[in-house]
Amino acid sequence: MAEIILTLKHSLKVPLDASIISPDNFAGKSINEISSLKLWRGNKQITLGEVFDIKGEAGSNANETVITINGDLSKARRIGKGMSNGKIVINGSAGLYLGEDIRGGVITVNGDVGSWAGVGAKGGLIEIMGNAGDFLASSYRGARSGMEGGMIIVHGNAANEVGGWMKNGTIKIMGNAGIFVGANMQGGSILVSNDCGVRAGAGMRGGRIVILGYIPSILPSFRIEEIRASVKVNGDKISGPFYLFNGDFAEGGKGNLFINVTKNPHLKRYEQYIP
Amino acid sequence: MALLIKNGIVYDPLNNINGEVMDIMIDGNKIVSSINESKAQVIDASNKIVMAGGVDLHSHIVGPKVNSGRILRVEDHYKDLVAKTRFTRSGSGYSIPSTFVTGYRYAIMGYTTVCEPANPPLKMIAVHDELNDIPMIDKTSFILFGNNWIVMEYLKEGKIKECAAFIAWVLKRMKGYVIKIVDPGCEEEWKWGNDIEGLDKEVNNFGITPKEIIRGLCEVNKLLSLPHPIHVHTNMLGTPGNYRITIETMDCVKNIANNNQPLIHMTHVQFHSYGGSNWASLSSATDEIADYVNKNKHVTIDMGQIIFTDTTTMTADGSFEYKLQKLTGERWVNSDVEVEESAGIVPIHYRRNNYVHAVMWAIGLELALLVNDPWRVFMTTDHPNGGPFTYYPKVISWLMSKKARERVLKRIPRMSRRRTNLEDIDREYNFYEIAIITRAGIAKILGLKNKGHLAPGADADIAIYDFNPKQYDPSRDYKEVVRAFSKAAYTIKDGEIVVKDGEIIKPVIGKTFWVESEISRDLESSIASSLNEKFRDYYTVSVDNYVVPKDYLYKPWPIQVKAKI
Ligand SMILES: [Zn+2]
Repeated sequence: MAEIILTLKHSLKVPLDASIISPDNFAGKSINEISSLKLWRGNKQITLGEVFDIKGEAGSNANETVITINGDLSKARRIGKGMSNGKIVINGSAGLYLGEDIRGGVITVNGDVGSWAGVGAKGGLIEIMGNAGDFLASSYRGARSGMEGGMIIVHGNAANEVGGWMKNGTIKIMGNAGIFVGANMQGGSILVSNDCGVRAGAGMRGGRIVILGYIPSILPSFRIEEIRASVKVNGDKISGPFYLFNGDFAEGGKGNLFINVTKNPHLKRYEQYIP
Repeated sequence: MALLIKNGIVYDPLNNINGEVMDIMIDGNKIVSSINESKAQVIDASNKIVMAGGVDLHSHIVGPKVNSGRILRVEDHYKDLVAKTRFTRSGSGYSIPSTFVTGYRYAIMGYTTVCEPANPPLKMIAVHDELNDIPMIDKTSFILFGNNWIVMEYLKEGKIKECAAFIAWVLKRMKGYVIKIVDPGCEEEWKWGNDIEGLDKEVNNFGITPKEIIRGLCEVNKLLSLPHPIHVHTNMLGTPGNYRITIETMDCVKNIANNNQPLIHMTHVQFHSYGGSNWASLSSATDEIADYVNKNKHVTIDMGQIIFTDTTTMTADGSFEYKLQKLTGERWVNSDVEVEESAGIVPIHYRRNNYVHAVMWAIGLELALLVNDPWRVFMTTDHPNGGPFTYYPKVISWLMSKKARERVLKRIPRMSRRRTNLEDIDREYNFYEIAIITRAGIAKILGLKNKGHLAPGADADIAIYDFNPKQYDPSRDYKEVVRAFSKAAYTIKDGEIVVKDGEIIKPVIGKTFWVESEISRDLESSIASSLNEKFRDYYTVSVDNYVVPKDYLYKPWPIQVKAKI
């Protein structure tokens, strides 16, 4: 494993399109070649060396390359775009579209990320130690599906619309999530370890959403099926008990919503409808 | 400034020039017969093809549905971004490019005139806003009349002169060029949730049939001496077995024709040439269509070729878009324009391995290859319905090369090959014929006397393509054809070099043209006063807020004709 270390020279005042930063683009290049890679800062094209101090060396392949980035990158977007292998570690926060279209490899963020992290993900692992913004692993505007594979873990909270149009893969939120978790979901699994907002699973046609904390209400287009003792998310058994709802019947009702029974006493009235 | 294009291989069918090496001289914005050569800028066009600038008869580039399409297809825009250059502005869009990019991409292909084929009168202010914003090309708008309440009322009452006067009023005030008819009568019926099958069933509330609307508007077109025939998108678009209604449409105006003059243009006929009785039995019916067109001189057609790519369908045929949405489950826009029209938009991805799409692909090419007279069939993709206009070079290569067609035929489903005729057609277009179906013939059918040719007096709109017919054979070297026609070596607009080596070097603003048919004063004033009443009864706007003032247009170019009324 070869490591290359980028350290932010000055704080970013205007957005930086950092999609060039990925093991695939760095592999097999010298420090000089990497320093002279072009990227856009605001409406000006600059080189990577103008923004970062660059040290270390890149591996010959993406899978042998670790990129460590130090500094507040909350204005840098698209870090790790389309990466297929290797590793990126960000010591600080990252901006919009972190790991857009990621196909493989690992991104670890020791901080928060902006909206649209993991948008269009097809594989790989994104681990966020802080909080995530809106549309985590969602579909981008006009795209025909959201996340198609891989794993995304958020140790803090995630904002609204986690996993919109998701087709496959796993999303784990260790904290709370906002409204519309798994909206229009078609497959895959979403686990929210704490509370979430209303309208979870709106329009879902497949997949499973597991809520371990409190949810204010269930959409009227969902139907209760049974109480389950436990549920599996990506092979891990999680103990309940859980209310299992099917829905969204506005879209055929093939999705599953698992809601923690003990944390949601206000949903007890549903039990009389269990078939 | 004077410009001398030296030693080009010239294809100018309107003047019977077929590949002669000659010079073209330009003074100001016109082609002339002599210039002072010592003061002229010289373009060396030796071993290059010289044609008049391309003319597109039917391409949806502006209007409310084009704009709604831009909103619907966001991904169409972020996947195709165009950065600004020293001369051009930024933009985006693959199947529905932004206004500036539309102009640039046409100019880069050597096109200098483009017709937007379907705008409702009520939306013409927005249409002219957008036309103003399209640089590089001359442009115009066709106005929809086939479902207009006022038109249907006049026709029902047998008031053909009043109907003609109303249409003259709209074309002049709203600044449009052609009577466009889309799904006549059926769109009004569709607004009530019903379909009309065939041309002989009456439209709800109006007591008039689609056939009567087509015939009435055809008479109106004659009375007003309009430069272009009625431009018809007939009923049952995209429905298996619809070729019969297509022939019926062409035939229903036959006895209005005289001197074999074209008086009906059937548009994107690919979508109207289907045999079979459902999607599973879909087949090509181009034999029947081409046979009718070959035998009847009152008809012209354009192809509506499809391309295997991700594109967007958009049409005033709102009922068809509803059915397409049900078929594909795609995103959908549906809209009603009060009194006048409807519209719909649905994205579509034409795929080579899809049996239906492959049949559609073959049908478009068959039409161009089976109609014998190139002056009566024109190249279009019904942009963006069949595919983006940027694929024209590819369509040209398919028409010029059986080998290019076979390359695709080999990769479509066997069933699609069996249900179409394309495999058995050997015909290959030559450059003279290509010049007809992409400029000369179109300028002629549009009645644009100064376009589509290179004789003295013509507009100095010229395309020069880097293809040497002595070096390459278009039948064999079809990839060279695509290369040459994708990026013109030079495009000259109004006497100025605007594109060089496939890049814009000078942004210019083209003219917007429309037709003003002068009718008698009495008739004009009687119509104007009766319209106030109709607007009060039917519209949410008044006449004063409806018309487009002439100074609204950046470069207005009215074309005057004398009406027979
Ligand atoms: Zn059209």
